[in-house]
This record gives sequence, C-alpha cells and structure tokens, in this order.
Amino acid sequence: MIIYILCFILFLVGLYGVVSKRNLIKIIIGIAIMEYSINLFLIMIGYIEGGTAPIITKGFEHAKFVDPLPQAMILTSIVIGLATTALLLAVAIRLYQKYGTFDINKIKDLKG
Amino acid sequence: MELYLIIILVLMILGSIYSLNASDLLSAVISYGIVGFGLVIAFLLLQAPDLAIVQVVVEVATLIIMIATIKNTQSKIPKMEFKPKIAVYYAITLIAALIFLIVFDRATGCLSEFGADTMRMAQPYIDGVEHTKSANLVTGVVFDFRAYDTLGEATVLFTAVIGVLTILRIKGKKDN
Repeated sequence: MIIYILCFILFLVGLYGVVSKRNLIKIIIGIAIMEYSINLFLIMIGYIEGGTAPIITKGFEHAKFVDPLPQAMILTSIVIGLATTALLLAVAIRLYQKYGTFDINKIKDLKG
Repeated sequence: MELYLIIILVLMILGSIYSLNASDLLSAVISYGIVGFGLVIAFLLLQAPDLAIVQVVVEVATLIIMIATIKNTQSKIPKMEFKPKIAVYYAITLIAALIFLIVFDRATGCLSEFGADTMRMAQPYIDGVEHTKSANLVTGVVFDFRAYDTLGEATVLFTAVIGVLTILRIKGKKDN
C-alpha cells in the first residue's frame, strides 16, 4: 500500500505546482507531473506479482501475464498527454511574445 | 521488486519538488526530465515494455519543446519575499494535503494488494488472442478490440496539432 501512497504524493506535488506557482512553465510542469502519476498508478493496479510482459513468444504461450488492459489504455493516455502539453506550451509561447514575461501576475496587470 | 519501485518513486518525488522550486527555468525543465525517465524505468519494472518505449519518445519530445519554449527568454525567477500571510497559506496547504492523503488511503482500501493475482477485466482479452492472432496482447487490445478508442485518440491528436498550428501561425488577420 505504501507504493500507492507514494504515487499519490507525486500527484500532490504536481497539484502544489499548479496551485501555488506563478510561472507559466512551472504550471505546465505541474500538470505533466500529475498526469504521469495517474498513468503510473493505473499501471500499478494492473501489475501481477511474477507475471511477464503480455507478449506471446515460443514456449511462453500459457505463462502468467500482467494485465494488458490498463497498459493499452495508458498507451492512449500518454500520447494524448503529449498533445495537450504541446498545446499548453504553444499558448505559453504566444503569451511570452505578447507580454514579454511568463509571470501570470504581471500578465494579469498588463491586460487592458 | 517493490523496493526498487519505491526507490524510483522517491527519486521522482524529489526531482519534481526540485523542479517546481528551482530558481532557473532551464534547471526546472531538466529536473522535470528526472520524473519522466524515472517513469520509464518504473514501466520497465512493471513489465510494460510498450509503454516504456512510448514514454521515452514522448519525454524526449516534451523536453525538446519545453527547451525550445524557454530558449530565448529571460529565465531567472525572482524570489518570493516572505510575508506572514504566506505562512498561513502553507499551513492550509499542508492540512489539505493531509486530508487528501487520508481520503486516498481509505479509497484504495477496497483495492487488492499490490501485485495480487486478479484478472477481473482482462481474461476475455487474453483468451481473444485466438481471434486476433496478435502476439502482443497490448497491441491486440489497442488496434483490435478497442480500435474505436484509438480512432478517438487519433482525433484528439489531430485536433491538438491543428490547435498548435493555429496558435503559432505568424500571419494573423490583415486588419488592425
């Protein structure tokens, strides 16, 4: 159970970054850390002690495999995570070009 | 096995804390790489080689995009001056984190232990290998049983790429 708790602490660190940091890049890093911790947690649920990777090779047709379903879902999730991070960074680039800073407080003051 | 995972996870937590508190954006991004590559090792330990390969590619791409973003920027972060008000915020954050931890601990109580032998959902997918004839069970699920989900993933990816291209377009509207 301690391993699930550690995974959740990683999530909380990401949440701390999103809530308390004022720099846009650090907020994006916090979101990415949260996403990684969720991916890791779901893979941990699918792990089976002594299981092998779910790939059928000669001589291992009926071996004990780990759960392939969470792995397939997380494969989708990782790629979508890359896409959303790239979109966030594109918005950050545009904001820097317009305001000359990554600090969200200064950006708020400069508006209008 | 579980001990290795705990070591990797502690390393990832330390890397993420340093990354969020670094005074320089470049070192923040580099130490964010610790989290991603630690995740790769964790995936390998958890017998998920497909995910490890994908994660390496995604992590390198993310780091390249982040460094390209902060390349020509003024990357020093000014220190926050300490006010008594901030101590109150820290205390509230700690209490909230503690409450979150307790709720999470109770919520995971209904899960089986780490590494327990429970194939609740996956047994039909493993038996279905006779129909898909795929040696890799993960790709069998992704491209055969759940091909519509993969289509949706491709749609999200396409939309995100269109969004990035639209945001970063040099030429805007001609007026104003």
